[in-house]
Amino acid sequence: MEPDAGTSTPGRISRDDVAYVARLARLNLTDSELDGFTGQLADVLDHAADIEALDLDGVAPTSHPLPLSNVFRADVPTVGPADEADHRLFCDEVLAAAPAAEESRFRVPPVLGEAP
Amino acid sequence: MTSGTASEMDGWEVVIGLEVHAELATATKLFSGARNEFGGEPNENVDPVSLGLPGSLPVLNEKAVELAIRVGLALNCSVQASEFARKNYFYPDMPKDFQISQFDQPINGEGWLELPDGRRIGIERAHLEEDTGKSTHVGGGGRIHEASYSLVDYNRAGVPLIEIVGKPDLRSGDDARAYVSELRSILVAIGASDGKMEEGSMRVDCNVSVRPVGQDQLGTRCEVKNINSLRSLGRAITYESRRQVDLIASGQEVDQQTRHWNEEDGRTHTLRSKEEAFDYRYFPEPDLVPVAPSAEWIDEIRAAMPLLPGERRHRLAEEACIQPSAAALTVERGLDDLALAAMDLGADPERVLVHVENNLADGQGALTADAFAALVAMETGGDLTATQAKTVLADLVDSGGDPAAVAASHGFEAMDTSELEGLVDGLIAEHPDDWEAFVDGDEGERRKKSGFFVGQIMKATRGQADGRVVNEILERLAADA
Repeated sequence: MEPDAGTSTPGRISRDDVAYVARLARLNLTDSELDGFTGQLADVLDHAADIEALDLDGVAPTSHPLPLSNVFRADVPTVGPADEADHRLFCDEVLAAAPAAEESRFRVPPVLGEAP
Repeated sequence: MTSGTASEMDGWEVVIGLEVHAELATATKLFSGARNEFGGEPNENVDPVSLGLPGSLPVLNEKAVELAIRVGLALNCSVQASEFARKNYFYPDMPKDFQISQFDQPINGEGWLELPDGRRIGIERAHLEEDTGKSTHVGGGGRIHEASYSLVDYNRAGVPLIEIVGKPDLRSGDDARAYVSELRSILVAIGASDGKMEEGSMRVDCNVSVRPVGQDQLGTRCEVKNINSLRSLGRAITYESRRQVDLIASGQEVDQQTRHWNEEDGRTHTLRSKEEAFDYRYFPEPDLVPVAPSAEWIDEIRAAMPLLPGERRHRLAEEACIQPSAAALTVERGLDDLALAAMDLGADPERVLVHVENNLADGQGALTADAFAALVAMETGGDLTATQAKTVLADLVDSGGDPAAVAASHGFEAMDTSELEGLVDGLIAEHPDDWEAFVDGDEGERRKKSGFFVGQIMKATRGQADGRVVNEILERLAADA
């Protein structure tokens, strides 16, 4: 995160923080949208602050609401030998649905810079 | 390969930490049933999940988790409960615009790997993530900044990867190569990956920094990407550490950067600086539940693990009474079982290992442990010279058989000592000056002349004589002279 310039909302999140996150997410926000979202996000963070006030020592952070773990699938290909023709059709359809394709590859605008 | 010449790098220490990505040897992708296969037609091994189509959801491949745990156990890591996270970035090689990886809770925590020379290199973590698609840049000579467009193949997107993050414990290009080579042997031994750097199923990113010898604090590091072979790894480290030392020596500072290794010009080039570093906005992946391998499952996986290269080196070293590092080549060639079996049958360990290292570079072929042991027994018993044994061994590798019969077919018979003595006497009479030089000369001269005499005897006997015995005769005669 960039340093908190502390413009519109005091405390939890600044307008600059929101603008920075919007830029990372490639969102083009107008000035009034920026103001609106800064307020809304501050409310969300305030709600998190309510939880922070509780004594949660010994409670593991919850990243999922479901009391589940270890949901797996077997390492078996979905496309068996009998499904080859259907699968071929799927691949052709997908490529045909793309804005541009060439040599069985998706054609995309020039990429400036290397993948991370 | 070392880091630069001594004078330029004198007083500097190179510090290296490696991040190795290895594709796991599963039949299908990490989060869907699309095939995990190298080669083939572009965009053939895809499905809604690997294409990131709306509404598709990931389901974790159990085999990939099992292989990741194998890697963790082989690297002495703590195998732990873990979660997946989204790493967000915009690049067409990930159709979802995020990569599913592990962030603060990797499946394998700290561990270590032992190099053949016995040093332990720390492992920070080894986590699961999905591979990206493959982009081909068209126009501008294939260079990314000048390309007019790119073509993307998603066959590789979603292939399971284990990312092994090493600690900055390596100090030279040689260290780094030894580490990657050992890591590859381990991954192949446990069936986790085929470890092929040239096919990209194993990829190495290299963090390099330099500091004055004796300084504790680490220097500013640069990350070098695009290293496609062990040779490139050594070259890239040599170049990059030299570049950093030159910068500091000329009063400049090293910028924290990501750099790109160029195989053609043998240099690293700036890819992006710290200011341009990505902010990936990691957050827990809502579509996947945590992975919490039970102690029973981990035990089961551990019980099914084969002997690791390090364990095999120690086993052979103990049997042959040598240092584990001296057993490295035999284990690397996969001939330690053969060597151990031959030793069990009474073969001299030293001769066994000499043959494995010098004469079995292409594997054992049709050679059995019984034949190997019998051959070494003939050699140590004086029935075959070292040269003859080598010839017989080559035949045994090619077509098997009984060493005594093969030796006989070559007409190899042990020459008796008195016959050899007669030949040596004759030779001395023919070359009195050489003989004098041998008797009176210094050590170097003596060695040279003994080489001459042994060579002449070998010539006269067409290789049938035992060089060791000829030397003994020469020494004895010289002492009497």
